Amino acid sequence: MIGLALRNLWRNQRRSATTLLAMMIGMLSILLFGGYSRTVYYGLETDFVGRTGHLQLQRKDYFWFGSGDPQGYSLHDYQQLADEIRLDPVLAPLLRVVTPVLQFGGIAGNFDAGLSKLVIVQGVDVAAQNEMRRWNDYQLAITPDLLSMDPKVPNEAEIGVGVARMLQLCSQLTLPDCPAQEVNNEGSPDVGGSLLSADIAALATSQSDPSSPATSGAQLELLAASTGGAPNVNRLQINRAVTTGAKELDEVYLAMLLPQAQQLLYGEPGQQVTALQIQLQHSSDLELARSRLQQLIAEKWAAQPLEVHDFQTLNPAFGQITGMFAAIFGFITILISAIVLFTVGNTMSMAVLERTVEIGTLRTLGLRRSGIRRLFVSEGLLLGLTGAGLGTIMSLFFAALINQAGFSWVPPGNSNPVPITIRLWGEHQMLLSIAVTVVVVATISAWWPARRAAKQDVVDALRYV
Amino acid sequence: MSLAQLHHLSKTYALGQVRVQALTNVSLQLKPACFTVLSGPSGSGKTTLLNLIAGIDRPDEGSIEIAGQSLQQLSDNALTDFRARNIGYIFQNFNLLPVLTAYENIEYPLHLNKTPAALRRKRVLQLLEAVGLADKAQSRPNQLSGGQRQRVAIARALVHQPLLVLADEPTANLDSQTGAQIIALMRELQRQQKTAFVFSSHDPQVIASADHLVLLKDGHLQAPQPLQEAV
Repeated sequence: MIGLALRNLWRNQRRSATTLLAMMIGMLSILLFGGYSRTVYYGLETDFVGRTGHLQLQRKDYFWFGSGDPQGYSLHDYQQLADEIRLDPVLAPLLRVVTPVLQFGGIAGNFDAGLSKLVIVQGVDVAAQNEMRRWNDYQLAITPDLLSMDPKVPNEAEIGVGVARMLQLCSQLTLPDCPAQEVNNEGSPDVGGSLLSADIAALATSQSDPSSPATSGAQLELLAASTGGAPNVNRLQINRAVTTGAKELDEVYLAMLLPQAQQLLYGEPGQQVTALQIQLQHSSDLELARSRLQQLIAEKWAAQPLEVHDFQTLNPAFGQITGMFAAIFGFITILISAIVLFTVGNTMSMAVLERTVEIGTLRTLGLRRSGIRRLFVSEGLLLGLTGAGLGTIMSLFFAALINQAGFSWVPPGNSNPVPITIRLWGEHQMLLSIAVTVVVVATISAWWPARRAAKQDVVDALRYV
Repeated sequence: MSLAQLHHLSKTYALGQVRVQALTNVSLQLKPACFTVLSGPSGSGKTTLLNLIAGIDRPDEGSIEIAGQSLQQLSDNALTDFRARNIGYIFQNFNLLPVLTAYENIEYPLHLNKTPAALRRKRVLQLLEAVGLADKAQSRPNQLSGGQRQRVAIARALVHQPLLVLADEPTANLDSQTGAQIIALMRELQRQQKTAFVFSSHDPQVIASADHLVLLKDGHLQAPQPLQEAV
């Protein structure tokens, strides 16, 4: 039956070739977009996991209310928690980095220019954070954007380019494309923030670490409300301004060393942070790690109300962007499937029409209706298998060609251009699912003409001219 | 004893909005190992009667029994299987499958009957030899002459040793010399295999070779007449 189907397809080579070409181009479209989407997924995941870890252990409800009351939603004894995580027999083999982070809101001021700006402060362990940013489980052609602060220089910090622009620090940080602020009629800059008073500046000077080296270049004063509501100020040496990829983030981002951040918020370096970031070796272990952490929360750390969130929850943009790509991918797949459906259906309908007498002959010789149906469905199946096979090969070839071409773009959430990569090689599940879809669609599209062929009256078929 | 019994067969066709009475009350008995010719002018109902005997069409009235099996009682699948086992059919236009070689065309009915491979090969080679096409086994139909194609069709009709071989004007598309050769071949094979042959034809050469002549006119069976007179 398959042999006969194959010869029948070969009999009308031009039509079969046209149908195959339509299927191959369809597969090419789906797979190139799929491969591109996959690169975007992996790029985003690498970026988010590099910045926030796979999982974060937080005090219960910090995720909802913590940014307004970081002290109230702090994690206590975080070093002990981190050690227990690192030594846990289930989690240990899965882990890459466990590091504390302290996040709170503050006011950054350029005292010299009389400017201020609300910022979100990240107090971090620089070495651990940089190790997290080097996570590249998908072997993407990217260079991690590492934190620039020196852990030995306590007052070092980095800010977003938006913060630098608002605080008029562009020239000190030698930032390109950083417009100067217009001066209003009264002669003072037209800013939304408030002017720092001289007494706060004086406070900053008095609270600065006397052991820190003499400051020069870009500096700012960071004001935060300490426990009990008293203001606390720290003078920071800004060593660079970074682009996060989102203007909103660039205008609030400030990263500094964890001990200085703790001192600013709690009055002294202590045992409190707002989260423990947990980065795994592989994202595929996320569910296992999460369930183990939840077990530990319930059984071992019950004294402190804790909860665990994954990077997708912490970065809603990830779900939104991947969801958008998934929707477009699904739409393209449906569209191409419809084209394949009608192309193969049309080819098979033509074949049924042309071979009407042959159908009558086969029925006369003793082939059942089901046999006629099988014959034409087999032809659709063979077309699908050949189209899927050749389409996969063609897609891999074009993907390799594009990958070698050296095109680049700036994906969502990134600040720097990355090479356009069509990731198909090794994506067995995607390749297989699309190939199976094409085969199934081709087979289904042959089914209706096959049914019509099988239902033909034998005498009418033999008489067909 | 008869191989096939046809009782009061009637068949009407619709041609657009016109009803055409193709057969009216035809009763007939076909003897085993007999060379029967259905003859009559165009539109007399020869092909319709042949189609009814072959089981590829069903009568409006009447019944057909072949080798004790009433065709009316069979489902579509059972009737198809019955055809595959017991009927051989030779078409006016040969109707060989163009993608298969002469060998494969002859072999096809054996596939339908699930004959073992070794036996298939033996039978096909026998028939190729019998019809004088042993050297054309691997030729496709478009590489064969009209006479050769009809020989392949004859071999295909006989390969599974059916009870009955039906031939619809088998010489109509052949020149008279080739036609005569084909008739002689069929006659020879019929004698060898002791298979009943039923032809529809108004070719005098075919009629002259008949053991039994059935005349049809306007769908009615005519009174039997001597063969010489019919020719």
